Amino acid sequence: MSEEDDLDLNSLDDDELVQQMHDDLYDGLKEEIIEAVNILLARKWTPYDVLTKALVEGMRIVGIDFRDGILFVPEVLLAANAMKGGMVLLRPLLAETGAPRVGKMVIGTVKGDIHDIGKNLVGMMMEGAGFDVIDLGINNPVENYLEAIEEHQPDILGMSALLTTTMPYMKVVIDTLKEKGMRDDYVVLVGGAPLNEEFADAIGADAYCRDAAVAVETAKDFMARKHNQLASA
Amino acid sequence: MSFQDLLAERGCLLADGATGTNFFKCGLGAGDPPELWNIDHPERVAELHRSFVEAGSDIILTNSFGGNAYRLKLHNAQDRVFELNKAAAQIARAEADMGERPVLVAGSMGPTGEIFEPVGTLSHEGGVAAFVAQAEGLKAGGVDLLWIETISSEEELRAAVEGASSVGLPVVTTMSFDTNGRTMMGIAPEEFANLAASLPQPPVAIGANCGTGASELVATVLGISGADPNAIVVAKANAGIPEFVEGEIQYSGTPDLMADYVRLARDAGARIIGGCCGTTPEHLVAMRAALEAHVPGARPTISDIEGGLGAVSALAKGEGPVRAERVESGRRRRRRR
Repeated sequence: MSEEDDLDLNSLDDDELVQQMHDDLYDGLKEEIIEAVNILLARKWTPYDVLTKALVEGMRIVGIDFRDGILFVPEVLLAANAMKGGMVLLRPLLAETGAPRVGKMVIGTVKGDIHDIGKNLVGMMMEGAGFDVIDLGINNPVENYLEAIEEHQPDILGMSALLTTTMPYMKVVIDTLKEKGMRDDYVVLVGGAPLNEEFADAIGADAYCRDAAVAVETAKDFMARKHNQLASA
Repeated sequence: MSFQDLLAERGCLLADGATGTNFFKCGLGAGDPPELWNIDHPERVAELHRSFVEAGSDIILTNSFGGNAYRLKLHNAQDRVFELNKAAAQIARAEADMGERPVLVAGSMGPTGEIFEPVGTLSHEGGVAAFVAQAEGLKAGGVDLLWIETISSEEELRAAVEGASSVGLPVVTTMSFDTNGRTMMGIAPEEFANLAASLPQPPVAIGANCGTGASELVATVLGISGADPNAIVVAKANAGIPEFVEGEIQYSGTPDLMADYVRLARDAGARIIGGCCGTTPEHLVAMRAALEAHVPGARPTISDIEGGLGAVSALAKGEGPVRAERVESGRRRRRRR
């Protein structure tokens, strides 16, 4: 065990500890994150502040370096796993204290497509940004999306496809929402290796998200617009 | 004739084109596994192989890319690994042996789709066992060599090469560099070259397949051949990038573009050249002609590649990422191992 492992989180003041948590998230250190969350809660931080100032901000930095090609999938998975460790503690407290919700997303890979690494990454990064995420898994026909929307009333619907032959199915889902007059009730984000912006426009999605970090930025952007609309209404 | 003999005789070999995207034109349903066609529609599989042989391929790849137990499990066919791979090899073997010209059969082995330990759940032993099982089926059906492709993680690379090497055939290995010039899991072309050379049983040839278009793939070849000048390098690019045109997916690369790609890949050091997604027999005819007529030129620069084939992303050009966000303070830091 190296000398560096002896760092006592309790000895750090709040600002230093939050900085350290950003680093520890970046490095995927789950136990350290759990310990630090407990310390902040013991120092009478609100669960919402712990979430936003320590965890979400730390994951934002991870997301930026993922977008810029500094971090890759393995590092992001470890960071998300560390975040999850903290969320296990925070989630019940957030519910109890009635903290503001960032937003809710239903996400799934479309019918015929069985790829889920990218979709899982988006789900984890969205959770990392404080969203509630309902993951429908792979191979989803339009009925699955409709049921989940009905049940969970999300703000955002996310669809993923890795195959050039399954990506047109996204249009089937969007067209069905239009038929039912529900399309404008939800922000529809699409992603997957073969997609591009022109495709997202062509099928009537709100945005194409190149990677998980862009998905988070785009989702936050839409949520902010939604809040502004509500405020000015 | 063996892989090494044929390569020595011809200097450079033409591999084949796309399997999945060509099968979709023949009626394969979205998301359906092409491997089941080895039993259900062997004549369609044979026809695609034949079209590649007629177009001039020296190596054809079996219809077994997703033929490991982890992929087949998604279609409840995990118990048919040996059967489906053996059939895939037999179909290709029969087509390869049809003519006078020697044509090699390479057993295609794609990734499991699982994430390996420690980040994911699949153990090294579990991965090796899956690749051994697939390799045994392919060998039983008569392949000349094994061809591991579209790998993105170091852990899976190690497991796949170990598993494939267990049956005593030459092993070719390519990774897919589709994320800022690296694999999805972050491996750079140079790292791959060094890693492959250090394996207990180094592959006979290494290279790149799929990814994000022909230009970026040739840039990757430069990285691999630069890091290991002695390596036999494989280039297998997509025929451009997919575009959504009036409800259908089309690949943007023309036969002329793929002919330019062959010339640039050759000068970048590739000795086995083929096409991945979107590459049709028509593309291959143009690629064969380009290979035959090729007059060796200087090693291309990135701007040569961009001039011939289109833009290459900044990171794939070797321009370092800008890391502005993290504040480097004087604090003690713990780092991941």
